[in-house]
This record gives sequence, C-alpha cells and structure tokens, in this order.
Amino acid sequence: MNAPSEIRQAAMTKSNPMQTFLWLLKREYWEHRGGFFWAPLIAGGVVIAIALLSLVVAEATAARHGINLGGMNLDTIAHNMTADQIAQFNAGLTVGLMALSIPIMVTLSFVVFFYLLGALYDDRRDRSVLFWKSLPVSDLDTVLSKVVAAVLVAPALAIAATIVLHLAFLILVSAYAGLHSVNPLPLLWNPAPLLAMWTKLILLIPLNALWALPTVGWLLLCSAFARSKPFLWAVAVPVAFGAVMGFTHLLQQLSIPSAWYWKNIVGRILFGVVPGGWFDIGGNGGIRALSTGDNVNIALDRFDLVNSLLSWNRILGALASPELWIGVAAGVALIVAAIAFRRHRVETSV
Amino acid sequence: MNDVSATTTNIVRARGLAKRYGSTVALDHVDFDIAAGRIVGLIGPNGAGKTTALKAILGLAEFEGELSVLGLDPRTQRTQLMQQVCFIADVAVLPRWLRVSEAVDFVAGVHPRFSREKCLAFLARTKLQPTQRVRELSKGMIVQLHLALVMAIDAKLLVLDEPTLGLDILYRKEFYQNLLNDYFDEQKTILVTTHQVEEIEHILTDLIFIKDGRLIVNASMDQIGERYAEVMVGPDKVEAARALKPLNERGIFGKTVFLFDGVPQAQLAQLGELHKPSVADLFVATMKGTYA
Repeated sequence: MNAPSEIRQAAMTKSNPMQTFLWLLKREYWEHRGGFFWAPLIAGGVVIAIALLSLVVAEATAARHGINLGGMNLDTIAHNMTADQIAQFNAGLTVGLMALSIPIMVTLSFVVFFYLLGALYDDRRDRSVLFWKSLPVSDLDTVLSKVVAAVLVAPALAIAATIVLHLAFLILVSAYAGLHSVNPLPLLWNPAPLLAMWTKLILLIPLNALWALPTVGWLLLCSAFARSKPFLWAVAVPVAFGAVMGFTHLLQQLSIPSAWYWKNIVGRILFGVVPGGWFDIGGNGGIRALSTGDNVNIALDRFDLVNSLLSWNRILGALASPELWIGVAAGVALIVAAIAFRRHRVETSV
Repeated sequence: MNDVSATTTNIVRARGLAKRYGSTVALDHVDFDIAAGRIVGLIGPNGAGKTTALKAILGLAEFEGELSVLGLDPRTQRTQLMQQVCFIADVAVLPRWLRVSEAVDFVAGVHPRFSREKCLAFLARTKLQPTQRVRELSKGMIVQLHLALVMAIDAKLLVLDEPTLGLDILYRKEFYQNLLNDYFDEQKTILVTTHQVEEIEHILTDLIFIKDGRLIVNASMDQIGERYAEVMVGPDKVEAARALKPLNERGIFGKTVFLFDGVPQAQLAQLGELHKPSVADLFVATMKGTYA
C-alpha cells in the first residue's frame, strides 16, 4: 500500500461521532414519524375541530334565540380596561391555551411510553437488530439516541404542535370575532404573553427530561431485557412487587408506608414521561398547597393558575429537590443496565 | 496451501472457542484460522453451532476461549470491528419501515467506508425505487438492497449467514455472481454458511464442516480434492472396496459409488472410475447419523 492511499484510508475511516448520533436520531424519527410528528398534530387538530364545532353550535343557538353578539366592541373594552384587568385577561388566555394543549401532552405521554417499551425490543422481534448491529455504531450510542429521542425530540415536536394549535385556535376565535365585526387584534394577539408561555414550555423540556429519566431507564431496561411481552414486565413487576409488599406488610415493617412505594417507585418508573410530573414536589406551595381552598381561590382570582403552576419558584424548587436528582441517578443506572443487556441479547422468543 | 495461509495474516483466529446454552454444547473448544482472500464455507446441519460461531465472530454473543478478528477482540471492540466487517444475516433482516433512500442515507451517514456512488450504481441495476419501503419489496428485492449496501462498503471480512434462504434460483445465482464479479478480491475474505451447498461449492476456496459443536472437516478445496475421492465400482470389486473402509456407499445404475477419505488415489483407481466428490455428497457422508 503506498503512502497517499494510506492517508486516504485513514481519512475515510475517521467517523464523526456527532454526525453518527444525528443519524441515529434521524433514524428514530423516520421510524416513529407517526407517533412523534403526526400524533400530536392530529390531537391538536381534534381540539380545533371541537372548538370549531362549539362555535358553530353557539352561533346556531344564538341565531335561534335571536341573540345578537354584534355591537360588543372588544376594541373599546380593551381601551377601557385597567392594566390589572389586561393582565388578568392575558393570564386567563394563557390558562385557556394551556388547557387546550392537554390532549397533545397526554398523546405525547402515551407515544413516548410505548416508544420506549419497543425501542430495544421491536428490532429484536423482527430481527432487524442484526442489520443495525452490522454497522459500526456502539450500543451506548444506540441506547442514548433512543433516550434523546424520547425526552428531547418527541417533546420538542409536541411543543411545536402545541404552538401550531394555539395559533390555529387564535385564528379561529379571531375569525369568529371578525364575523361579528369585533376587532380581535388588541387583546387576542398580544405577543408578549404568548411568547412568554411558549418560551417557558420550551425551557421546561430539560426539566421534564430529567424528571422522566427513571421511567425512561426502566422502560428501556424492560425493552432490552424481555424475551417477550415487555409491557407485562414493565407493569407487572412493580405492581406485583407492591402487592406482595402490601400483603406481607414488609414495607410497613421497614417503616415505609406503602403509599410511598406506589408514589415514589411505581409512579416514577411508569408515569415519569407525563410532562410536568414534578409539579407537586419541592418548593413552596405544591399542588398540595394549591388544593386547599384558599389558595385555589386566590389563584383563580388572579387568573394566575398557570403562572402559579409554572412559576420559576416551583421550577427551581423542583430542580433543588432530592426527589429529582435521586430519580436521575436511578434512571442513569437503569439506562446503563439497558445498554449492558443490549450488547448480547439479540433474540426474542416470539 | 498451508504455507500460503501461514505467511498471510489471519483474518480470524480462534483457539478453544466454546459456548454452551445450559446443558447444550453449541461449540466445543474449536480451533480454526481464516486467511485473507479466502471464501470459506461453514457447513453443518441445523443446530451444529454455525450461527453460534458467526455470532461470536461478530461480537453478538459471549463465548469462552480466544478469538481475534482482524486483530480485534469482538467482545470488547465490536464497534471498531464493524468498520471492517460486513454482515448479512439471513434474508429479510432489514427493518420493514425503512425506505430504500433512507437505508442508503443512513449507512452513508454512519459508515466511514461506505461509498454512496457504488451503492447507487448497484441499485441502478435493480428495479428498486428510492421511495419504496422494505415492506413493499419481495424477499429477493430485499436481498438485492442489502447486498447493494454491503458491497458498497470497503470491508475486509464479509460474513453471510444463509444469505439466500427462501430466494428463487434467479436471485440466488445473481447474488453469488454479483459477489464474485463486483466484490470479491484478494483483499477481501468471505465466510458463508448455507444449506444450498451445491450452489456455492464452485466459489469456495475452503471448507469447514461442523457437527455437534466440533469441526469435522477444515481444509482447502484443493486438500479436499486430494483427500477425498469417489469411486464408481462394478459389482465384482465391491468387496475389495468395502475392505478399504469407505465413508459411504450408494448404488447407482447397478454400480456402487464409494466415498473414501485418505486412501491413495492410485490404489482407488484400480477399483473403478475416480471422481472428485461433490461437497453435498461429502456433507451427507460425514454427517451420517446426525439426526438419528
């Protein structure tokens, strides 16, 4: 072999790890376009369809009873509102838009849950794992690409769908207002609260990701480990364990209440992928505090529910809580175990 | 042939390679070497340990003993190894959701030794369309795609595990023709397992028979030609032939065909017409009693 071709050889064999990882993410997206991209959009579409239907029904009802919605001038209303009232309206709008996005977040939770359960199992079942393993990609990179797809790629796409939904809803309401000769621009299309809300949603992706790690790790471990029925492994093992503990009162003897097990173990390893699961931990005034009548009233009075739920205090509280970081450590350990199983478990029994 | 393999570097070197699943011994401390530039057939009945050996070489399973592939340890260096080793396991292991264009893009993205131009040139000879998904393709077309991907990788070792199982004869012939004409050269080594021995025996340079986790035969085709011989013997000399302890005998057109191992060919020539045995006949003779 002469010198130039050796140099060429060396250059050729240099693979760029970052590039490989991006291709792995792309592969996850190709395979799960339906769940990652279309499912949240369709959930948003259903919300819009329901909203549209409601407006049509409202319009029909109003027409039947001779109620005239016209003449109400949002423009003047906006001018006559105090700064405090405008803030209240914006907060209310934010609450409403956030509530609209719940179906997308629920969809995302289901998609990610089942994605993780199948991530290291489906390719073993259809034997395509033999193709993926014939390429120079480490098991570490493969598993990490699935973690990143679950906690960053899928949520980012869901939030993009949420933003599309919000815009579509605002356009729909504006069109409706316009139909009744009301100018929707000054109140509905105030960019500041919208941008603030969207920014917060995007910034919360990393916190949700950290919170989800125990679930991500557990589901990936079951996915890499199970020779059949990963779902059964993932759900039946912790539930059966809890039931046995309940019968034998073993946990109580260790002075651990069984509610603690269900909430902090089962809840964390099965429901961690639900966005915002960290709401009621750490920080001053969690959902527990909110659920006392007083606080709810205050929050609702101020139309401040969302701001209270997603306040920086609460977010920092969650970030400072031991629950979050113990979960992160447990999640990392479970992911390491999943990588170990991925190395040599190639077959399923199906 | 031995002196040739001694001077060239071995692509695969196994010493005391062993693997058991529970109480079943899949590989029973086997030793073998595979030299560069060879096409080695690993032949054995079902459950003989072929796939176990391939899995060990590819770093897909744990094993006991020493194994070095291209100087790397498949247990700990699988990722580096896969830059130089290609692998077609069985037909239809390509994921069903993958599009042809995505397969090319992905392999181009992660494999530093992949040539997109070569791959597209191979694909241009088929009816495959870039937007087609694997699930829309026939078994034969899936293998065409897989082969196009693999042949575009400049690898040192290609491992094929039953690559043409379930394909019709046109696809099977095309598969091996492409491999020989457009892929194989003295820098490359191919290790292939198949049950369709007849179709590959003319391309093999070396033969390994494996039975119950042990190597029964491990020789170059030239050595096999020297060592084994078939003689078609008339009824009068049957007893004389049997006295030489043949591996196998079978009747054909009133004559008897004997298969001998290691009997000097000059001696055999006196009994009747000499033939080089086919790999399939050799296989059947050496594997007698496997399933009994």
